[in-house]
Amino acid sequence: MARKILTVAVLAALAVLPPVFYLTGNAFYLDLATRLVILGIAAVSLNLILGFGGMISFGHAAFVGLGAYAVGIPAYHWLYYTAGDWAVSGLAQIPIAVAVTALFALLTGLICLRTRGVYFIMITMAFAQMVYYLIVSIEEYGGDDGLVIDTRSQLPFLDLDDPLQLYGLAYVSLLVAMGLVAMIVKSRFGMVIQGAKGNDERMRTLGFNTYAYRLTAYVISGAMCGYAGALLGNFTTFISPEMMDWTRSGELMFMVILGGAGTVLGPVLGATVFIVLEEVLSSITIHWHLPFGLMLIAVVLFVRGGLMGLFAVLFGGRK
Amino acid sequence: MTVLEVTGLNKSFGGIKATDDLTLTLEPGELHAVIGPNGAGKTTLISQLCGLQFPDTGAIRFLGRDITRMTPHRRARMGMARSFQITSLIMDMSVEDNVALAVQARAGTSFRFIRPARRIASLREPARAMLDRVGLLDKADHPTVALSHGEHRRMEIAIALATQARLMLLDEPMAGLGGEDAAEMVALLRSIKGDRTILLIEHDMDAVFALADRISVLVYGHIIATGAPDEIRANAAVQQAYLGED
Amino acid sequence: MDLTLFTIQLLNGLQLGLLLFLVASGLTLVFGILDFVNLAHASLYMLGAFICASFTLWLGNFVWGVLLALPVTALVGLVVERVVARPLYARDHLDQVLATFGLILVIDTAAQLIWGPAGIAVPLPDWLEGQVQIGAVTLPSFRLLIIGAGLMAAAGLFWLVNYTRLGMLIRAGASNRTMVSALGIDIQSLFALVFALGATLAGLAGMLIAPITEASIGMGNSVIITAFVVIIVGGIGSMKGAFIAALMIGLIDTLGRSFLDDIFKLVMSTEAAETSAPAISAMLIYIIMAAVLAFKPSGLFPPKVR
Ligand SMILES: Nc1ncnc2c1ncn2[C@@H]1O[C@H](COP(=O)(O)OP(=O)(O)O)[C@@H](O)[C@H]1O
Ligand SMILES: [Mg+2]
Repeated sequence: MARKILTVAVLAALAVLPPVFYLTGNAFYLDLATRLVILGIAAVSLNLILGFGGMISFGHAAFVGLGAYAVGIPAYHWLYYTAGDWAVSGLAQIPIAVAVTALFALLTGLICLRTRGVYFIMITMAFAQMVYYLIVSIEEYGGDDGLVIDTRSQLPFLDLDDPLQLYGLAYVSLLVAMGLVAMIVKSRFGMVIQGAKGNDERMRTLGFNTYAYRLTAYVISGAMCGYAGALLGNFTTFISPEMMDWTRSGELMFMVILGGAGTVLGPVLGATVFIVLEEVLSSITIHWHLPFGLMLIAVVLFVRGGLMGLFAVLFGGRK
Repeated sequence: MTVLEVTGLNKSFGGIKATDDLTLTLEPGELHAVIGPNGAGKTTLISQLCGLQFPDTGAIRFLGRDITRMTPHRRARMGMARSFQITSLIMDMSVEDNVALAVQARAGTSFRFIRPARRIASLREPARAMLDRVGLLDKADHPTVALSHGEHRRMEIAIALATQARLMLLDEPMAGLGGEDAAEMVALLRSIKGDRTILLIEHDMDAVFALADRISVLVYGHIIATGAPDEIRANAAVQQAYLGED
Repeated sequence: MDLTLFTIQLLNGLQLGLLLFLVASGLTLVFGILDFVNLAHASLYMLGAFICASFTLWLGNFVWGVLLALPVTALVGLVVERVVARPLYARDHLDQVLATFGLILVIDTAAQLIWGPAGIAVPLPDWLEGQVQIGAVTLPSFRLLIIGAGLMAAAGLFWLVNYTRLGMLIRAGASNRTMVSALGIDIQSLFALVFALGATLAGLAGMLIAPITEASIGMGNSVIITAFVVIIVGGIGSMKGAFIAALMIGLIDTLGRSFLDDIFKLVMSTEAAETSAPAISAMLIYIIMAAVLAFKPSGLFPPKVR
């Protein structure tokens, strides 16, 4: 019960506060909230496999980056070459982002999921780095320097150049992502991936091909991150390989753990606290990584179960 | 038809022969006990039967099909279930969830994403019935990790039962059970006997001789004798190699 | 293909491979024995470079700089072990990854506060600045020194692990912690020693590369991933695997970057080769890794019992 109230409160605050700030002349806060909500979607997707499936992916930033480039590259071809208007249509770009990341998840997942434990952590990280270097090596799309997205995704009924509408889309997408994950983890499929997290051998001797279930979850998670990436590209209008750096993947993982892995709201809380802290600390000192890193270590050492765990201790409720 | 037919099975770990030219058949409905000293290779045998390990040479046929190299989940779907000597449950799930997953394993594909699994009566009711049968219904909602060792052993049986498997491979179900718990387990196994074909590995000789239709004696990975309980009791080689030690 | 260029690149690949081995051996040692995933291994590599740079500038001599920086890096390793690593041994790998990720941020920023945001160039003594003529090939003498030092470190490590009492304990500790403690050996000191050894090896790699690239913030961040690839391919926990994989990855990466376009030109148009070769060579080591893992999910030389 307490948890439901918290969920509603957080989501209501995210629905109301940023637009109010924006309309009262504090556009900066809407920006912050947009980034937060988009990264929240990525964290929610990562949590599907990390928190519920026990697959510690250290490469999810690659999916975000690929999703962003799936918006940026067609737009670039539209601007400088002869690509048709479809190339700036969100109705083409977003499906491309989802399809490309799903395919990448499928291909890498086939190999990654053959491995266990620390191998999995490292190999997901390595594959993400592979994409990073691939993009760096393609000079056409800016290489290291990145790519400016001149034209945001064109969508019917929505104008993403309007910060409020972009935020609205991101917010609704977050709700959908949370709903999807909540639905999946409660379903028969979700029971299987959670069972495989708890005891893979047992699940296999029961008759579940856990590899196939894991792979499916991995692809869903990757595709959702790709979608978040498409939104992020539209938000920043500047994309670069830096988005896929392994430290970005680490940050996504930290959001999940900070908020509470294996809970639907946790990653959103984690993303919120992460982004706000980053903002506050970096406004105080340029060396904000120092207190931030110390905090990260402290959270791992002392806050088991993340913020959701802390909340449960304070206000009751499961987990 | 023979349920299980194992011929010439061999498996080594480095220098140790854990399974040595092992041949064994299980007839429908029989409870076949495998006894043998610690380290004889009993668990290794079960692991090869259920597919968690592969033999070096030899063949395993199940319900007439060669399954020697088949993956564990496909064997399970053909109707094979195993329990583990060292309790192997999904500790962070509830007791009922554990058993419901076993029911779910037999209920068609689980690539179903929409309906909440806990609200599907066709999964939950059989699971609860099975928990009732092993006397754990009142613990259905407890987290598995909170149960006692004896209760975990009974959960293992409930799960094997819930899969509706034709062949149950039970690896020392009484391991670590004392007095009352052990007696309950014997009663439980007796109640299953006849419905399913069972390969029972057990150290408790009273239980084995009370339950088994046939007994095989495993020493250093090799079966030195197979027969009805009385034959085994009378067998000189067995007495020397194994029973004599007791 | 130009033979001189090929020889030079071969030696460059060897040099990269040996530096990778220095980093990867510490990583694999710490993981194999302590079961600890240390992302901040990269920071120790960076710290080695900076500490060596400071000593070199202070004393005016690179060799003295290295000799003093080695024990200091070991000391830093001991502190890191005591403060961050030890409380995490009993935790799962996820916690270890996150905490050491935080540690990277801390060390990188601390280094920035101490040494400033710009890199520090490390001057070499004259006798190392020159070139060596071997047949038709001219080589910078410092690169030969790196190769020599790398080979010596590798040999020393093999000797240490295989033929000394400490090595015996290390090997025993990896497979049987309780046995080692039953022998009356303080497992905590053993672990601390292994961690410090790993730190020193990473630091040495940083010191050797510093005169070429200069010491800079974040210099370890790309090395650590390649070192991961090395130990994944080699088999995590295997010293032999780390050595073979490090040389393999070093050579493939270096040779791929210089010659892949030439090779591609044999089978495709010049233009296609010139556009695709950089992309493929950037991904080459990851493709190799994927190929190895597709057939051997625990690497080329998985340690026997884990
Ligand atoms: N994975 C393994 N690696 C190496 N040796 C093993 C392994 N599993 C079992 N063994 C060895 O095989 C022999 C048989 O073991 P096991 O099947 O567990 O015996 P039992 O169940 O009859 O007590 C023992 O000597 C054991 O040490
Ligand atoms: Mg056994």
